Amino acid sequence: MKGYAGTILRIDLGSGRIEKQPLPERLAEDYIGGRGFVARLMWEELPPGIDPFDPANPFITATGPMSGHLLPASGKTHFGCKSPATGGYADSNMGGHFGPTLKYAGYDAMVLTGAAAEPGLLVIDDDAVEIQPAGDLWGAGSLTLEKRLKEDFGEDFEILTIGPAGENLVRFACISHDFGRQAGRTGIGAVLGSKRIKAVLVRGTGSLEAHDLEGLFAAAKRAYAAVREKPGFLGWTPEGTAGITNWVNEVGAFPTRNFQTSFSDHYEAINGKAILERLKVTDKGCFCCPTPCGKYGRARTSLGQVEVEGPEFESIALLGGACDLQTIEDVAHANHVCDELGLDTISGGVVAAWAIECYERGILSREEIGREVRFGDLASVVHLLEMTARREGLGDLLAEGSKRAAEKTGQGSLDFAIQVKGLEWSGYECRNAPGMMLSYMTADVGAHHNRSWVLGHDVVGSAASVHDLIAGGGEVKKLPKAVVGGQAKNVIASQHLRPAFDLLGICRLQFMELGFEVEHYEELFQLCTGRPLTWQELLETSERVWNLTRSVSVREVPGFGRASDYPPARLMNDPVPNGPNEGHCLSREEVDRLLDEYYDARGWDRQGRPTAETLKRLGLEDVAGGLPR
Amino acid sequence: MDFILHHERCSGCRACLLACSVANFREITTAKAALRIEPRFPAPGDYVIHLCDRCGDCAEACPEEAIEWRDGRYVLRQEDCIACGTCIDACPNDVLRADPKTDCPILCTGCGECAAICPRDAIEIAGETLEEVYA
Repeated sequence: MKGYAGTILRIDLGSGRIEKQPLPERLAEDYIGGRGFVARLMWEELPPGIDPFDPANPFITATGPMSGHLLPASGKTHFGCKSPATGGYADSNMGGHFGPTLKYAGYDAMVLTGAAAEPGLLVIDDDAVEIQPAGDLWGAGSLTLEKRLKEDFGEDFEILTIGPAGENLVRFACISHDFGRQAGRTGIGAVLGSKRIKAVLVRGTGSLEAHDLEGLFAAAKRAYAAVREKPGFLGWTPEGTAGITNWVNEVGAFPTRNFQTSFSDHYEAINGKAILERLKVTDKGCFCCPTPCGKYGRARTSLGQVEVEGPEFESIALLGGACDLQTIEDVAHANHVCDELGLDTISGGVVAAWAIECYERGILSREEIGREVRFGDLASVVHLLEMTARREGLGDLLAEGSKRAAEKTGQGSLDFAIQVKGLEWSGYECRNAPGMMLSYMTADVGAHHNRSWVLGHDVVGSAASVHDLIAGGGEVKKLPKAVVGGQAKNVIASQHLRPAFDLLGICRLQFMELGFEVEHYEELFQLCTGRPLTWQELLETSERVWNLTRSVSVREVPGFGRASDYPPARLMNDPVPNGPNEGHCLSREEVDRLLDEYYDARGWDRQGRPTAETLKRLGLEDVAGGLPR
Repeated sequence: MDFILHHERCSGCRACLLACSVANFREITTAKAALRIEPRFPAPGDYVIHLCDRCGDCAEACPEEAIEWRDGRYVLRQEDCIACGTCIDACPNDVLRADPKTDCPILCTGCGECAAICPRDAIEIAGETLEEVYA
């Protein structure tokens, strides 16, 4: 199969058995790659009902057919397993250079099962695959570890690591790569930790086959030239994702002090401009990316000097917004601490914010926490993050994530644990954004923005590129209450569109942020693989995958359904106290209307479960037969 | 052709490596390229572009005299190369690397494809605009 590497690498870490399975053609045809491979392999190979930390939980790594090819931003790698955060379907992806190198080594995907007897490093050097003892590297921080492994193994190796959080099974531990790229969400780092794999190293010296190499080379040059022509190339790229900070505040969607409100007075002290003026050393791009989001820099705070990639928007929103850190240096420092500990900055920020609010309300005491903690105080946030990663004291509770921690703590704290399904909410507050609220409620992995993003629809009523939205902003003003009704269609379209790029193994940002046209992707896919694929066919596959991932959670999570889709009480009951959306919130009745409309449009029952008829329409007959009814 | 390197513009994306490999070897890989991008992380936190400046130290070092100057560039006579790696050790720019299959050095052809693909103009061809490079 052209475009692909052609092999799935399977390793049983318990027995050490290694198998190289030819990539099944049917899998490639029906699921394309990346997230599609993760979803299908998980449905077939995850033993139903096991604990996420059971050695049988498969840890899946997958690239797509376009990963590693010469075309814009072809560096995505996807990871999946049963989620320690939600107990359901999980995937998380990252940029960088790991996936392309895995393909040059000969593998489209890798499935790890079992658990190593001793902490180990998995080393893939083209055909040679071995597990080496981790020795004293167990316990090391992610950034420290990557530096040491680069020195020991050489710069040709691309490296995944987990930090202390992954080792200690923190339910929001991430996987880190390339000194600042993370597959952050759903706790996949803890599953790698449960398998006692501290790092995965890969060197690949082989090459990929394309269907039409000359045609692909010519089309790639045209594609790069076309990206450079977009206004966002010079408009969006300099600040990257952080460039949206102003706009999100202007439209009253910035999660502030544990989502108590949706506007931060200090947003200009923590925005993209602040990064450029006060932190940045270099732009740091992922594989073949013409528009690097990564801003690598240096920050000095009361706690010392750190080097850090970022902060990107999500880290700004949760550390600078939800935790209320006041300067870009403080946000960068907390970002660095998360990176070194191997914690997701999104969940880490939300959990720390929840703990601070619990302290303010007298639900958690100074004795329990080990010190006084305050919003806006870097030392408080770092203290909470470090306790969490090491499961020390109260950290053992926080490491369980905000939902479990709040269920155990009680006293109404679940109402302000800002999560859905057990996954903490990312950087957009939605009390006056019904479409975006529905996106968070129904995202397959929990409250994550990357499955669908319709804030542009909510605010300006259209799907303008992010660059256009930012360029059109610039004013803070009182906004009218949004009208509920008609959101489902846009949310569903976005849930098929954005994850479609995750099937191809490439980044969506050239398309989403700059408006780079879909025709380029159709052409490049055909030149890579030799298979014609229309954008419509790609979206249909994305819909199949969406229904499959929902089905995994229906099968795995007891009682999964409508009740799993509600936002926390704060986001339904508490009107926004200030800012552009002052006084607004969505009622429970409005939330129910959003869900009814969504389930009906999807062809699911009113409990949010895909019907047998819908699954059959999407070619998922076997899945229909495997679901509890 | 002479190249001007703007290290501070490089974001480490490696499109140049792929373009080099595709243009010169018809292979899609970063492992077979005549230039090298050196990431320096966590500190100082930047990239250094290593590109052949045709100094000739490799040719001088070669014990078999397998590297010769021809048509404005250094060329390897494959049949004379004994894959000893002496030229690689001698390269003052630390850019020369061995072909992973043959262990022979990968020499820059000066084709300019690395400069042409770079979305950030970190590699510039002296005296030529991008339009002229493409022409």
